[in-house]
Amino acid sequence: MKISLTINGREVSADVEPRTLLVHFLREDQGLTGTHIGCETSYCGACTVLVDGKTVKSCTMFAVQADGASITTVEGLADNGQLHPVQEGFWERHGLQCGYCTPGMIMSAVGLLQEKQSPSEDEIRHAIEGNLCRCTGYHNIVRAIEYAAAKMRGEEPPPPDWEEEEVSV
Amino acid sequence: MYPRQFEYVAATSLDEAVSALAGAEFAKVMSGGMSLIPMMKLRLLSPDVVVDIGRIPGLDQITDAGDYVSIGALVRHAQTASAQNLPRALVDAASWTGDVQVRNRGTTCGAVAHADIAADQPAAILALGATMVARGPNGTREIPADDFFVDTMTSALQPDEILTEIRIPKVGGATAYDKLGRRGGHTDYAVAGAAAWVQKDNGTVTNCRVALTGVGTKPTLAHGVAEALIGTDGSEQAVKEAAERATEGVTVLEDLYGSEEYKAHLAKVYTRRALTQALAQL
Amino acid sequence: MTTTTSVLGGAVRRREDPALVQGRGRYVDDIKLPGMLHAAFVRSPYARARITSIDASAALAMEGVHAVYTADDVRHLGPLLAQVPVGKLRPLLADGMVNHAGEAVAMVVAESRYLAQDAVDAVVVDYEPLEAVVDLRDAASDRIKVHDDLDSNVIITWEAGPFGNEEAMAETKRKIAEAKQRDDTVVVSLDMVNQRLIPTAIEPRAVLANWMPGYERFEVYSSTQVPHALAGAIAKTFGLASNAVRVVAPEVGGGFGAKLNVYADEILVSFASKALGRPVKYTETRRESPHNTIQGRGWLGTATIVGTRDGEVLGYEIHAICDMGAYSQNFTAAIPFLGVFVGSGQYKFPTHMKLDLVHTNTMTTDAYRGAGRPEAIYYLERILDEYAAAIGMDPAEVRRKNYIPADQFPGAMAPVGFALDTGDYEKNLDAALRFFGWEDLKAERDRARAEGRYVGLGLSSYVEVCGFGPSALVDLGFSWSEYGLPSAFNGSGLVRVNPDGTATVIIGTGPSGQGHQTTWAQIVSRELGIPEDRIRVTHGDTAESPMGIGTFGSRSAAVDGAATYEAAQKVREKAARIAAHLLEAAEEDIRFENGGIHVAGSPDKSLTWEDLAKTAYQPHLLPEGLGGGLEAHSVFSPSNATWPFGTHIAMVEVDPETGDVDILRYMAMDDCGNVINPMIVNGQIHGGIAQGVGQALFEDAIYDSDGNLLTGSLVDYPLPTAADLPNFELRRTVTPSDANPLGVKGIGEAGTIASAQTIVNAVVDALRPLGVRHIDMPLRPKRVWQAIQDAQSGRNG
Repeated sequence: MKISLTINGREVSADVEPRTLLVHFLREDQGLTGTHIGCETSYCGACTVLVDGKTVKSCTMFAVQADGASITTVEGLADNGQLHPVQEGFWERHGLQCGYCTPGMIMSAVGLLQEKQSPSEDEIRHAIEGNLCRCTGYHNIVRAIEYAAAKMRGEEPPPPDWEEEEVSV
Repeated sequence: MYPRQFEYVAATSLDEAVSALAGAEFAKVMSGGMSLIPMMKLRLLSPDVVVDIGRIPGLDQITDAGDYVSIGALVRHAQTASAQNLPRALVDAASWTGDVQVRNRGTTCGAVAHADIAADQPAAILALGATMVARGPNGTREIPADDFFVDTMTSALQPDEILTEIRIPKVGGATAYDKLGRRGGHTDYAVAGAAAWVQKDNGTVTNCRVALTGVGTKPTLAHGVAEALIGTDGSEQAVKEAAERATEGVTVLEDLYGSEEYKAHLAKVYTRRALTQALAQL
Repeated sequence: MTTTTSVLGGAVRRREDPALVQGRGRYVDDIKLPGMLHAAFVRSPYARARITSIDASAALAMEGVHAVYTADDVRHLGPLLAQVPVGKLRPLLADGMVNHAGEAVAMVVAESRYLAQDAVDAVVVDYEPLEAVVDLRDAASDRIKVHDDLDSNVIITWEAGPFGNEEAMAETKRKIAEAKQRDDTVVVSLDMVNQRLIPTAIEPRAVLANWMPGYERFEVYSSTQVPHALAGAIAKTFGLASNAVRVVAPEVGGGFGAKLNVYADEILVSFASKALGRPVKYTETRRESPHNTIQGRGWLGTATIVGTRDGEVLGYEIHAICDMGAYSQNFTAAIPFLGVFVGSGQYKFPTHMKLDLVHTNTMTTDAYRGAGRPEAIYYLERILDEYAAAIGMDPAEVRRKNYIPADQFPGAMAPVGFALDTGDYEKNLDAALRFFGWEDLKAERDRARAEGRYVGLGLSSYVEVCGFGPSALVDLGFSWSEYGLPSAFNGSGLVRVNPDGTATVIIGTGPSGQGHQTTWAQIVSRELGIPEDRIRVTHGDTAESPMGIGTFGSRSAAVDGAATYEAAQKVREKAARIAAHLLEAAEEDIRFENGGIHVAGSPDKSLTWEDLAKTAYQPHLLPEGLGGGLEAHSVFSPSNATWPFGTHIAMVEVDPETGDVDILRYMAMDDCGNVINPMIVNGQIHGGIAQGVGQALFEDAIYDSDGNLLTGSLVDYPLPTAADLPNFELRRTVTPSDANPLGVKGIGEAGTIASAQTIVNAVVDALRPLGVRHIDMPLRPKRVWQAIQDAQSGRNG
């Protein structure tokens, strides 16, 4: 089946089997391997992309459903080598370890910050509930998103909370 | 992870969708696809034809129709969760459905039609006494919520019918939904939950409907609770006593998340909590 | 309270991240090779059955299907190699019998993933189902034997107290028995389950094998923590020289021990690639993963303490049955033994430990974060709390009273029979109690209780053994010789200063998010003074890196890091000789500072690294006999494993009506010796805690009595999400290790080893007023509620 869509600002036409999942279309046909697959039950969120501006799990959408849509993947966030504030926040606040959940996590954070300029910690935690991370315990992901939110508001991000020094008694 | 092959129909009108359904041996309707696609990926379900209603215009609105508020077939959970003109029970149920991405894509009508035993919105729909509007080859019919949920993942919809709209009556009173999620709090599917609608007049409860989710084979009305509460003053004691009857006539089922005894207990707890929250608004 | 610094590097941002945050990291499933085919597996729906027939004709007739392989095709390659070959080894494909649900019966190779799965559905296998053995006591009874050709389901028994000394063990048992007989002692005992877990790295395992005809060489990409072990296993299986196999572990999306293994699928796709002359890839789906990638934990045991009424423990016993699953893989039978190492924790009391390891008709268990150590510490630290409650003593004070005192170090021996490196347990406990305000926390809990709230405080000490390790470990059976590798657990590092003055560091580790590119650059920069951004670190490629055995057991910094440090020192020595020659100064006056090379006391005499390196590659300019080049390789064997320790504290609140548990605060005071990058160390602790909390509250690999896994998807195997976890409050004490020159101890698993019982202790503390003594993990609301009901009706034992 023929589909036409916009991916990271680029117009794309392709012929796909109806059963092809959007995530496989992005990864296998378009070479956009930044969008990852971690499960098949729509729980892990590693495959999160923006479809028409909304975060969606691309493993739970057929490519044919995206006909006519505009899609942003993690590869489409940085602008001429300039990291998106959320990407910068993840780097600055150690919001990633293995990096596998990171693209999906970043897309969810981008989705959140589009809607809320100053999310509370609780709002951040609930906003990324659909993205599983097995490495970080989420602590630094929350800090990363707080960093990005501050940056996007034009404010100085809060300082990191890791401790450089030991406690002696 | 890899669904079997199927024929894909991107319907542009309800008529087209209905005729595509009618012509197929085994067809499934897809709106958001949040329940259907995972089942297809696990090959638990392999329809010959998938009829995508996602492109049909005019179905993505929550509209005030005078006596009722209409939720179109393509209204996403996120829309329901932020609606100003829907009862709180349904708004909360929608906001605790899945996660952000699921709520951005999945639809309220889809979740209701899927009739998962642990889903949130079906309980709210049932407590609110909503009406389902189904379109099939013989035209449109209305199905009261009380008759809609038939069994585990089985609704009164025929295979050739599409749930096009849910009508939430504007009956006044107050509503609430509360649940215990599988990961605690309100997170994830409901281990058990209850939606409540109550009306009070001159200090007396005049009307009440409570629906349970998670505890049995389907979202179920707790008739005994309503019976017990109507006519009382809705006091803490009255609510407590009424809630004791939550599982009357309900087949409580054990699952990974709770024994029969525990689930029956939770049904009472959440009935009480939902009623208390609803009454507090009056 | 004062603070001092013992940070060897600093909290610098990770070198790994710019690619990863842009989605440009390359994981195995991202790699496509020309002509690549896809493998998929036919899996058994039964836990124990005889295979009566396999008909692949319909699958083979499908266009685009290249092959369907069964045991007949691969039997000659033998069972899957295992490093600790105790028990039954796994056949590459089920051979006549299946022994766990989801066991691979046949492999399909096809043009696409979707087609491969269609072909899997078309393979018809007939089974004769047999009764499965799932329950651990049932398995230990040998009522039904999982494998007819083994004498017993019990494949080995590990006993210690101390380990390896029968006479001393008899004495320990006698002492404990005597103490139990005394009138003035208290005996507390609990039956506890440390449940099976599914490791669940978010990246499912993937492998891509490419046999290169003519080159007669394998190139294999795998999401593995142990690239060298895999290369060794492939070489040995196919009868090839070790340098005829190149294994690359590119970005690896989390491992947690589950990728510390050699898997049948890795051998099978290699076989298929060789047979078909095409690259073959296999990426497991999440649904397959619990049946295809090892699980962890699975202990059913009884812990008993006997002690005086004033808190002196006179003896501790733990007897457990440990679930090995149906087949032994890499370290299967050795995992509980890692628990033996820490069986007596930080304590001095006589300890007797007996672990029976059994086969069952379930998926293999092996290393999962902590691997044996969380299980052992769980039993110990749970029963210590019950003992404290029984004698009405503060749980922190009970621990303090029984620690091995600081003055026993160096040279302290754990009662289970192993020498500890360094430790100051009381210092750490005190730091935790004072810094986090233990007395205030208790007061807060008591106030909440007075208000009718069920708030609880949990505390756990822990000691970990990691940083494997010393060559001497081989004597205990921990080696890599089964894979044809040098047998020791050494680490290695190669440091090369390039002609342009940059440095390349090549290490034999296999990280999956631990930030080695950053940390190793810090180690080398600290020695040479070359700025970190001019140092590039590569790892995970057996064709490039020196022999290394991978990343697991919190060992990389303590072993490979130390090796790299030594290599950097060798480079520095040579550089100093060259610099002394060029600057006409004495070698001992050469200083490596501010990114360059200087002569002490002569500010005008200096060199850049570029000047020096350029010379180093022109032998005729060097002192006679020095030789060209500027690189060094070092293989390091530590004098001991490292033994990190710490104190974790949690405050929880329970809704007694529903059993819902809420973590109010989580505090950790860890001691992992010196720290290279505190940011990375903190991240490791966060993640470790999260996994322990996951075990405490949510995760459970539940098999029914027929051996069906009931929690095989993320829908039913809930991992903690951001909404379920609190912020973590971390601080640390520093007791440098003396087992390696960096003084580091390892921190990858500490959080997990500490946290599960910290949470359980807190929940039980919250519910103690209701009479609850213990709840088995996971503390899902239903269990918590049930425990309350049982306690109220006197059913709690």
